[in-house]
Amino acid sequence: MDAIVVENIVKRFGSVEALRGVSFRVRRGEIFGLLGPNGAGKTTLIRTLLGLLRPAEGRVRIFDMDLERHPEAVHRFVGWVPQERAMDPFLTGRENLLFVAGLHHIPAREARDRVDGLLELVELTGAADRITRGYSGGMRRRLQLAMGLVHRPKVLLLDEPSLGLDVQTRRRMWWLIEKLRAGGTTVLITTHYLDEADALCDRVAIIEQGEIRGLDTPDALKQRYGGPPLLVLEWGEPGAHGRRQLIDSLKALPGVREVAERAGGVWVRGDDVVAVTRAVLAECERWGVTPARLSVRQPTLDDVFLAMTGASLKESTEEMSA
Amino acid sequence: MMHTFLLENRAMWMRWYARMRRDLFSLVATLLQPVLWLVLFGSSLQNMVRGTVPGGDYLSFMTAAAFVMTVFNGGLNGGLELMFDRESGFFDRLLATPMHRVSFVTGRFSFVLAVTVAQGLLIIATAYILGVRYATGLAGIALTLVVGGLLGAAVTTVSIILAFVLRHHGQFFSIIAIVSLPVLFLSSALAPLDAMPGWLAAVARLNPLTHAIEAIRTLVIVGWDAGVLLQMGGLLAGVDALLLWLAARVLRRRLA
Ligand SMILES: Nc1ncnc2c1ncn2[C@@H]1O[C@H](COP(=O)(O)OP(=O)(O)OP(=O)(O)O)[C@@H](O)[C@H]1O
Ligand SMILES: [Mg+2]
Repeated sequence: MDAIVVENIVKRFGSVEALRGVSFRVRRGEIFGLLGPNGAGKTTLIRTLLGLLRPAEGRVRIFDMDLERHPEAVHRFVGWVPQERAMDPFLTGRENLLFVAGLHHIPAREARDRVDGLLELVELTGAADRITRGYSGGMRRRLQLAMGLVHRPKVLLLDEPSLGLDVQTRRRMWWLIEKLRAGGTTVLITTHYLDEADALCDRVAIIEQGEIRGLDTPDALKQRYGGPPLLVLEWGEPGAHGRRQLIDSLKALPGVREVAERAGGVWVRGDDVVAVTRAVLAECERWGVTPARLSVRQPTLDDVFLAMTGASLKESTEEMSA
Repeated sequence: MMHTFLLENRAMWMRWYARMRRDLFSLVATLLQPVLWLVLFGSSLQNMVRGTVPGGDYLSFMTAAAFVMTVFNGGLNGGLELMFDRESGFFDRLLATPMHRVSFVTGRFSFVLAVTVAQGLLIIATAYILGVRYATGLAGIALTLVVGGLLGAAVTTVSIILAFVLRHHGQFFSIIAIVSLPVLFLSSALAPLDAMPGWLAAVARLNPLTHAIEAIRTLVIVGWDAGVLLQMGGLLAGVDALLLWLAARVLRRRLA
């Protein structure tokens, strides 16, 4: 039995079609990533899974319970860490947790023990009795995580858990998420950070404009859609002598699929990375160009994204948030 | 069912209480206006109006108004926090818990009612310090709190309905700004009904604030006048019933 089954969900906001027939299954005990740019429909999907939005079509099952007929399944099984601020800024961290515990009908005594444990888990014991308005972004995120765990959910929905966190705090968050998974929790996380999806997720669904464009393990996605590895050649000292001819001859090499000029260098993509490297070096010699650096870049999820949607996730995300 | 409902409302009370404790300023500020009323307004007009108000003592006359105004202001602002919760998305967060949705409303309603009535009691204490004596004694004060509860229930209900039907808190503030002064002047808070122009008195008689004021004023100045008390209490209860029915209708859709 899968933890979450999503079948053909369609959701419209007026004329905006936020989800256009989304289907996937989240297996028990896995970390499942929904990767997509701003406005792709990630939050809409999460809110649909929570029963906060009613889809026009399709259905959701959580641990084999149909959401339409058993909305209480959400409350029993699902924990949620929303994208936006979702705590009372005038309560302390501890009070926020106790409040949510009360709404989950956890008796006061047990709630106190659980809250202590959660504060420890997310390393907020020291700040537990401070008003959350004064919390840093990372502390807030960790408190929200704890608030989503109060009722010990079997599935955790994390909407952009590391949005706006610095590298170190993000790693800490990943560590926490992995720890939860190790304890048997199923995790569905949305993100537009490629490295997050890559590092954390067992399987990733790429979502764009309300549609799933691909779904697999990060490695399989990269192998299937990411294309062959990329040879990155960086020019050394200034002086363009021979470079033009080199580029033209690289384009004519057998086995080379793509040659792209970039600031400070050139990218070469070919099927057999070893053969291409040899040939490229020979051509350099021939035209008297000495590259400063030569490196091989394995395909990333961004390449996958580019191949699937024709847009770089990095660029589209930056554009949208600019 | 009952047990979980109580747990939820307890959590709500804990939340509102913790916030109130940290914001004593607002609590005091709400009281400041009616107290100033009593102290400044009441005393300064004391001589001017001597003999023209029932009982002859303006301070005693004003006590009911100051009490009612406290309850009115407290209740009218009571729904605002729910509006903020809706705006911030915190309400949605709460909907992802097994909470009965109505607890969101009942928790706030009961808390606001308790606080406003307690504030009203402080106003009565202030009046006592200033020399006002209830014609009906302690029992009259207790009954005043009941009347305050009836009025507070009506006003808080209106406020909570607004919190669910308005789009954003700006509209909420506008309505409060537009409504509160006329509602006060179109009541018997400042002048007795008999001293008002006919049309004004007619409008004021429909105002629930007037019902509360008349009942309390009777308790302070006149004594146990069962006729007035029953009539005014009945009217207030009627308004409450009407508004609760309306709230149930409006909120059923919004909380579904
Ligand atoms: N309540 C709403 N009313 C109208 N349109 C909405 C609403 N919620 C979402 N949308 C639209 O649906 C689309 C998907 O939005 P959604 O918030 O799900 O994207 P997202 O993938 O979570 O983006 P982000 O990375 O910015 O959080 C967007 O075009 C958005 O404008
Ligand atoms: Mg989102």
